[in-house]
Amino acid sequence: MASLVGSRVERKEDTRFLQGKGRYTADINIANQTYAVFVRSPHARAKIKSVDTSKALKSSGVVGVLTGKEIAEDKIGGLIAGWAIRSEDGSEMKVPANPPLAKDVANFVGEPVAVVFAETLDEAKEGAEKVKVDYKVLKAVVDPAEAMKSDAIHDGVDKNLCYDWLLGDRKAVDEAFAKADKIIKVDLINNRLVPNAMEPRACVVDYNTASEEITLYTTSQNPHLSRLVMSAFGGVAPENKLRVVAPDVGGGFGSKINVYNEEIVCSWASKKIERPIKWVAERTESFLTDTHGRDHVTHAELAVTNDGKFLGFKNETIANLGAYARVFGTVTPTYLFGPCATGVYVIPAAYSNVKAVYTNTAPVDAYRGAGRPEATYTIERLVEKAAMELGIDKTEIRMKNFPTQFPFKQTLVHTVDSGDYVAGLEKAKQMADYKGFEARRKKSEANGKLRGIGVSSYFEACGIAPSAAVMSLGCGVGLWESAEVRFNPTGQISVFTGAHSHGQSHDTTFAQIAADELGVPMENIDVVHGDTDKGTFGMGTYGSRSLTVGGIAIVNACKKIVAKGKRVAAKMLEVNEDEIEFKDGEFVALKSNKKKTIGEVAFACYLPGQRDEMKSPIPEGDEPGLIESSFFDPANFSFPAGSHICEVEIDPDTGNVKVEKYTAVDDFGRIVNPMIVEGQVHGGIAQGIGQALHENTQYDETGQLMTASYMDYTMPRADNFPEFNLGFTCTHATSNPLGVKGCGEAGAIASPPTVMNAVIDALGGQEISMPATAEKVWKACKAMKKSNAKAA
Amino acid sequence: MKSFNYHAPKDVKDASKLASSNSAFLAGGMTTIPSMKLGLASYKDVIDIKNIKKLSGIKVSGKSVTIGATTKHAEVAASKDVKKAIPALAKLAGNIGDAQVRNRGTIGGSISNNDPSACYPSACMALNAVIHTNKRKIDADKFFTGMFETALKSGELVEAVEFEIPEKADYQKHPNPASRYAIIGVFVAKHKKDVNVAVTGAKSCVYIDQDLSKKLSSNFSVSAIEGMEVKSSGMNSDMHASAEYRANLVSLYAKKAVEAC
Ligand SMILES: Cc1cc2nc3c(=O)[nH]c(=O)nc-3n(C[C@H](O)[C@H](O)[C@H](O)COP(=O)(O)OP(=O)(O)OC[C@H]3O[C@@H](n4cnc5c(N)ncnc54)[C@H](O)[C@@H]3O)c2cc1C
Repeated sequence: MASLVGSRVERKEDTRFLQGKGRYTADINIANQTYAVFVRSPHARAKIKSVDTSKALKSSGVVGVLTGKEIAEDKIGGLIAGWAIRSEDGSEMKVPANPPLAKDVANFVGEPVAVVFAETLDEAKEGAEKVKVDYKVLKAVVDPAEAMKSDAIHDGVDKNLCYDWLLGDRKAVDEAFAKADKIIKVDLINNRLVPNAMEPRACVVDYNTASEEITLYTTSQNPHLSRLVMSAFGGVAPENKLRVVAPDVGGGFGSKINVYNEEIVCSWASKKIERPIKWVAERTESFLTDTHGRDHVTHAELAVTNDGKFLGFKNETIANLGAYARVFGTVTPTYLFGPCATGVYVIPAAYSNVKAVYTNTAPVDAYRGAGRPEATYTIERLVEKAAMELGIDKTEIRMKNFPTQFPFKQTLVHTVDSGDYVAGLEKAKQMADYKGFEARRKKSEANGKLRGIGVSSYFEACGIAPSAAVMSLGCGVGLWESAEVRFNPTGQISVFTGAHSHGQSHDTTFAQIAADELGVPMENIDVVHGDTDKGTFGMGTYGSRSLTVGGIAIVNACKKIVAKGKRVAAKMLEVNEDEIEFKDGEFVALKSNKKKTIGEVAFACYLPGQRDEMKSPIPEGDEPGLIESSFFDPANFSFPAGSHICEVEIDPDTGNVKVEKYTAVDDFGRIVNPMIVEGQVHGGIAQGIGQALHENTQYDETGQLMTASYMDYTMPRADNFPEFNLGFTCTHATSNPLGVKGCGEAGAIASPPTVMNAVIDALGGQEISMPATAEKVWKACKAMKKSNAKAA
Repeated sequence: MKSFNYHAPKDVKDASKLASSNSAFLAGGMTTIPSMKLGLASYKDVIDIKNIKKLSGIKVSGKSVTIGATTKHAEVAASKDVKKAIPALAKLAGNIGDAQVRNRGTIGGSISNNDPSACYPSACMALNAVIHTNKRKIDADKFFTGMFETALKSGELVEAVEFEIPEKADYQKHPNPASRYAIIGVFVAKHKKDVNVAVTGAKSCVYIDQDLSKKLSSNFSVSAIEGMEVKSSGMNSDMHASAEYRANLVSLYAKKAVEAC
């Protein structure tokens, strides 16, 4: 039987998605439900002097109004930071309370202050307008670079500083820098991004007054984790009385990892008002309150020799956490960022120092790539600048500093198990016709255009797991993943996973790997996820972990099924277990060549008794049934890597930047479904080009979000992209039995520096910040013309 | 969105009878519906005018092209008659927003709304359009009175827009990357006697750039306006573009338009 792993199987989920049959949270309605509308702070920073709900309570159709006072009285806990990060001086990070409904102060525009439940959505809106909140507006802190010099916005958080973290060795770096021929320096802004999942957040809560169980349907990337957090920290309900269901979810990109205010409030309130509750975010609410991404201000330096060897690296970054520290908020700019900041290079000495600050803006958390795009941007801008300043070809300088031996022990944290960085870059050069660039540049020049080429080589640490590692770095939970494989008596199989698909195509990929392991057609397999009442447990999907962690749990559970099947088959075929071979879904007795299919064995597993001729197929010591589970905790992260090359053409009159060519060569280890992987890479590159050229989250100085709709926030569109030219080099990961590495974030990690390096190349080396909008580029072109004229 | 009464009259008379100070006509809904959803506007009565047959359609005579108020941008863009008579107008319509917007948005809605970065007002100005309402005829230069403001009186309905067919014309636009409205749009029309250069997106309301128009009237060539500086004073400066950048785009796109004529 041909292996399904490695083939371009069409996506199972497309049938329902393309026919409009997807079932999202907003599609769920419960008899007698009420509608929730949140009253949100219109101010970035304000004291809440009083909340008057009397008029709202009298408004037509209003069932209830709740505020920060009631939720505090009921001792419902707030939102949490999932990782404890220590400062360089050993002190613990400073995390302010983040109540689900603000009671005394509001700290960003959109923060919920009260909630109104009504019979209809219109009535709830009307009611919400009648809640009178008396605010005393305070001066907002918006700019992260200014935060440490501004008023403290949270009690007990001096200088608005959450932590001042260091990874690496300052002394070793100083020594390395002293030996350098040249120090390359960059000042960078990693622009804040709004995740913009296609489906806005939503929740539907059904409280069962008889069983006292709360069922929460929600737009989550990790329903089990949501249940855990809501139970352990929120005190909303004990875990066994809380069911969290995340049905079809239309994109997350990290913004649906967190348990949000609305989910906690509606779950708590449903019990209080003894009515089901439905809440669906409007797009403006998504812009204002979904966790945002990136937002770093960085100064970094690279110490080099004249012949292009890297000696040392330092990075001083201010990371904006927004108003509160959320689940991955504190780890994103530290352990997901710092260890990757030296990139794919041998750099003997390095440190990253990150100061995370609070501001009166929406909380910042993991967003596709989380920390690694910021890291890659930093080092790849430096490397490209080094090549330019030293007059060395930009691919040659990279090759010079790549490790050639694997495992590769990095200076800071990671030991990279496998890879071949030289092969990746060579392949990318070839596919991009790197050699032919000069001719293309001349041609553009003849048309009055500026053409540039940019390279970026990256690696990243994903497959966020090894519990031992992440817990030692401050993670509040272990990040293993679980699976359960239920082989039903009639031959159909349900594969339960703790990972959650919100665009990653698990229905297909996971069925492919289970089908290969069990030797059954994919059609017999259903992948089940997103319901705490169905799967055993799970940590969810983010950090490109689903396949490398969750997928392996499935493989291991399947292996247990086969192992038990072997014992049962041996008894059925009356041979010793070691005489049985399992192949293509059949247990074969090697000597007699008698066979039992896995379906027959499964059926037998459910018939443990004896009748007439039939003997029990269950060997002594085994139990009936054919259900196995596995909790997989890998030995290491997985380390995808690659090289991307981009060419842009700039119209100096308008500053318009056109991405002419984009080549990506990635190493994702073994590839289960090339079509799906290509889709993931396409999406990632699109998001990265969005960050580099288009997306710009802007707050004004009072903390109002200026870009709170698609009229002002530029989402990239299909016509902003060329055809993506994709290639793969596949060195198998050694940290998991499938040899797979994560692929979900790589595109977004590699592409921003690739594009920016190309833009800056076209601009003759002039620095320009992301997003490289037409006006910025136009200004740079004007400056270039001026300096060229001077030179001439 | 607040609830409202929905009406779908079959003729202009009924539509105008239903209109009040607390009503809105609904054409493509591309502006009205989002502003109602965002709570920026609310009405007691929403009067859908798409069922009024007379308001839709394109007529071409020897001298002019007349487009009914509820004619969609996509229809104008695809019209063989418009493409033949005033290709620049078809081009303008075909570059409005995106496909969804072009398939709903209408010319009447566009000019009645008079968004400072809408495209059609520049065509109206440059092509000496006459706006036909259910009450009167208004010349374009009297119609667009300010930011989101027109000469329309409460309850007055645009029925059609009549454009003068020029000798040559072209429209050049620098789209806002987010909304795809015009950051700058320049409509250049060469008529028998003179040339009009209408600019949208630059200021609070569409206008004729007198200097450019005059220069081109005496010599219709790129060289006539080469090196002419467009002043940035009075131009919009916002997060999408500074006044200085807009001024640069006006002179650049004026040249591009002349070149394309
Ligand atoms: C994303 C997006 C991008 C866009 N890009 C562009 C662009 O690039 N260029 C551009 O020019 N436009 C653009 N638009 C505007 C769009 O093309 C429509 O023209 C505009 O939104 C209004 O037209 P409508 O037919 O939808 O009017 P509606 O929204 O239905 O109405 C708008 C206003 O006009 C009034 N009204 C409508 N018809 C009449 C009438 N016959 N008589 C009197 N009053 C009337 C209504 O009462 C209302 O106040 C864009 C819009 C969107 C949403």
